[in-house]
Amino acid sequence: MNALIKPLFKRGITPLAYAVLLGASAPLLAADAAPAVTQPSVIPAMAALNAALLTGATFTPPDPASIPKDEFGQVVQLGRNIMFETKKYAPEYVGNSLSCVNCHTDGGAMAGSAPLWGAWVSYPAYRAKNKKVNTYEERLQGCFRFSMNGKAPPLGSEVLVALQAYSYWLARGLPVDEKVAGRGYPNVPEPALAPDFVRGKAVYEAQCAICHAANGEGRVVNGAVVFPPLWGAQSFNWGAGMGSIANAAKFIYANMPYGQSYSLTPQQAWDVAYYMDGQERPQDPRYEGSVAATRAKYHDNKNSLYGTTVNGVLLGDTGAPKSFKGNKS
Amino acid sequence: MRQVTLRLMPLIAGWAVLCSPIGSVHAAPPTEAASCAACHGAFGEGLPAENYPRLAGLPAQYIKAQLSYFADGTRKNAIMAGMAKPLSPAQITILADYYASLPVTMPAPAASVAPDFVARGQQLAEFGDWKAGIPACFRCHAAGGVGVPPYFPPIAGQSAKYLADQITAWQTGTRQGDPQGLMHSVASRMTAVDTQAVTAYLAALKPAAAVLGDTQPVLTGGVQ
Repeated sequence: MNALIKPLFKRGITPLAYAVLLGASAPLLAADAAPAVTQPSVIPAMAALNAALLTGATFTPPDPASIPKDEFGQVVQLGRNIMFETKKYAPEYVGNSLSCVNCHTDGGAMAGSAPLWGAWVSYPAYRAKNKKVNTYEERLQGCFRFSMNGKAPPLGSEVLVALQAYSYWLARGLPVDEKVAGRGYPNVPEPALAPDFVRGKAVYEAQCAICHAANGEGRVVNGAVVFPPLWGAQSFNWGAGMGSIANAAKFIYANMPYGQSYSLTPQQAWDVAYYMDGQERPQDPRYEGSVAATRAKYHDNKNSLYGTTVNGVLLGDTGAPKSFKGNKS
Repeated sequence: MRQVTLRLMPLIAGWAVLCSPIGSVHAAPPTEAASCAACHGAFGEGLPAENYPRLAGLPAQYIKAQLSYFADGTRKNAIMAGMAKPLSPAQITILADYYASLPVTMPAPAASVAPDFVARGQQLAEFGDWKAGIPACFRCHAAGGVGVPPYFPPIAGQSAKYLADQITAWQTGTRQGDPQGLMHSVASRMTAVDTQAVTAYLAALKPAAAVLGDTQPVLTGGVQ
């Protein structure tokens, strides 16, 4: 499918034609054909190629320029600022080089890129990850503890209040419904071949390394992260959702390479997700004293490579997690 | 009197440096650069009014790639094809290293831009317009548009007309060779108004050197 589409796309076929072409052959559209929410869909004259394309999403969040200038709007704006520059606006809770926007395209406004409006209308919810019903605020805490490799802001803290205000503001008009189209990352078809490290490395070098660098370390210019690190000490830790090959494959398929959504084949997305998640990264903060015990309790599934040997490395075998002291604000 | 003069010597020398066209000391241009200077300036500062881009401070690898694209037609430009074709690989390296070593300079002030234009341009540069599938310029060209060597050139303070012409060239295919077709993807979703707005905004930004930093220490243990 994509082997056919990509050359067309690169020859300047309009995104709208691209969407029609995909729709003609992609089972994904049929699977998502019935969005739970019906709102007028605003399709610009130059139809977009973005993560929303195969999600069936019809919800359009408000324009950031319309954030009110009053007391409430100031907190909404802080939430949005945290999304784009997390370490700058929430330094005491961030232990790596990432920002929320790295996994939430357009600062949490983009369908198919884990939009905050989709999450806002889906909580409270039971999560198998911690085997309890989580509030939205508790879900946000998890992002800081795992994806940001930092520490959870206290419930009711300024950072969490701001992120909730921003999420609510984005979601206004959406019915409460955890099945809202565009939530999370869209499904990617199962790969024909089991995901593979060597094939994934080839995809990485051809499609990802120009930005994320040869060893996944990302790129820093004039002291600021431009392209986020995908593994290693400054990336998300072993407890993060992106450490699941399935999650990573979905994210990559819909969002990467940047500005070229759905240009990889599903097989390429799975392979490169395996490659990224088959690398070393900070310890799981839920560490149980040994790699084996931690895998048994938290990672005993085919989508986690933690505690397995990949490319000659026993992943996660880096000792106990270091305590995070927080950065000065 | 002589002592005073001697004490002043460093100041005088410093003043001379400040008064030089690019505000810094630099190597003498190689002979290969003589024909470049007519359009791109004696110090690679470019000539924004005439659509000749700044070369000073561009990544050497980027300059080399563009010269090869001009020579083989990947990037179609009659003047530059004529300039690039006769160059040997050694000459290309000399030129690329020379212009990469020069400090970036500020072009003549941009023409006044309508406030709405500035707002749209700033929005595209900083946040993009994802509804139209357009990522922010600064997501790849770094905050302030200073560029990320070697693949993502600086775009801040570059001639607006030059930048706009490049977006058009990616749309029409007369410029190719952008890694992975990334700029073709972005440019193909931009309207003429988008192009005008964002290039006016970028042209008015002060260019700065892009210094690659350490990305991360070696992983020695988990961090909570």
